[in-house]
Amino acid sequence: MERVLLDEKAVERSINRITHEILEKNQGSTHLSLIGIRTRGIFLAKRIRDKIKEIENRELPLGVLDITMYRDDIAKLKAPLEVKKTEIPFNVNNMTIVLIDDVLYTGRTTRAAIDAIMDLGRPNKIQLAVLVDRGRRELPIQPDYTGVFYTAATEEEVSVRLREMDGKDEVLLSKSP
Amino acid sequence: MNWTHKDLLGIRELSREEILYLLDTADSFRDISRRAIKKVPTLRGKTVVTFFYEPSTRTRISFEIAAKRLSADTINISASSSSTVKGETLKDTARNLEAMRPDVIIMRHSMPGAPFMLSRILDSSVINAGDGSHEHPTQALLDLFTMKERKETLDGLRIAIVGDIVHSRVARSNIFALRKFDTEVTCCAPPTMIPPGLEALGVKVTHSLEEAVANKDVIMMLRIQKERGGASTIPSIREYASFYCLNESHLRRAKRDVIVMHPGPMNRGVEISDQVADGPYSVILNQVENGVAVRMAVLYLLSGGEV
Repeated sequence: MERVLLDEKAVERSINRITHEILEKNQGSTHLSLIGIRTRGIFLAKRIRDKIKEIENRELPLGVLDITMYRDDIAKLKAPLEVKKTEIPFNVNNMTIVLIDDVLYTGRTTRAAIDAIMDLGRPNKIQLAVLVDRGRRELPIQPDYTGVFYTAATEEEVSVRLREMDGKDEVLLSKSP
Repeated sequence: MNWTHKDLLGIRELSREEILYLLDTADSFRDISRRAIKKVPTLRGKTVVTFFYEPSTRTRISFEIAAKRLSADTINISASSSSTVKGETLKDTARNLEAMRPDVIIMRHSMPGAPFMLSRILDSSVINAGDGSHEHPTQALLDLFTMKERKETLDGLRIAIVGDIVHSRVARSNIFALRKFDTEVTCCAPPTMIPPGLEALGVKVTHSLEEAVANKDVIMMLRIQKERGGASTIPSIREYASFYCLNESHLRRAKRDVIVMHPGPMNRGVEISDQVADGPYSVILNQVENGVAVRMAVLYLLSGGEV
């Protein structure tokens, strides 16, 4: 059973609103940079960067973060997960960094991402933007910008699809058997 | 890809896909060594033992740095400082080591097959850091990483391996690795340094350095393995040098963008001239840098997860 949580238009509106909220909260785009968490966070980050460019006429620095090396469950995994490249081509010191991910659930990915960024320097602030907050946190972590909030049951699966890699924008809710 | 190997004993056991996966993983780990904080928490709580029965600077330090940058704890044992000198057998030493529950044992030994034997009796992952004249898998992996970094792809490369082939585990592992790709490998040495039947591994053999380097993308120079009797296969070091020391005039016969590699330690003036070793075609120090990244990838793949 599948249910559409956000359709194409709703995804677009959410990203638009998040973009405006980021600019509002930070009073413009100076000292601001974006870091997308692999994989879908990268596409969201790129879209937000493009929208900010339209509004402010400034292209923000954009980084890509792979959190695999910072996972807290490496010793429990059956096999090692693929480690991909982290590419953060700017100095994080004194920056306000907006960390961007598709789904926020337990908060463990965010914790790993914060640790990874802290190993690169000392940003002024780290903020968190997510397209879906599905609740049921296991760590004290909250998003600064949220597309949609929906408390999903543990057996429910929230999947974000983005046109860059899935051909279509939508957020689906399904029950895993 | 699902990594399923518990140990890394030789290149021969790895597939082309596994080698490429390992090199990609190494590429992700390489950046850590270039940061101000050269450490990630990936292998926190794991214990890595380096167990070296033969002298080494590069390989042992490289493994130790790799493990430390992944936050593993490292302990180094050499034969001279272990109970081996009191008559303990390798098996007993290994079993005693394992009783202290290390996760990875990195071993160098003069006997071919010694790491293989350990891997059969131990639960810990075993990494072969060189066993006699048999294999030295992480050296071949870092060599391939360096070639891929410089030439983008391994397929299509023409490589010359020059020196004491018969005693060289580096040559053997590189031949095994390179022949899994669409490469042309030429081995060059005096006849006494070429093992009989070498062509069966899919390589060409020549005794002329001029011929070996012609039109090559990569030239890999090897030292004479005096500790394995390499010097007794030639009349004199001086004569060897006059025929097989790579100098700048040889490089003119190779491709214009040729790279010169050497696993170290180098014997300047014997197999490689100063001008080549320190010249623009040399990637010898890149090999050393890449060695850390490749060993980080190996340690991660062998001990990240329950494998």
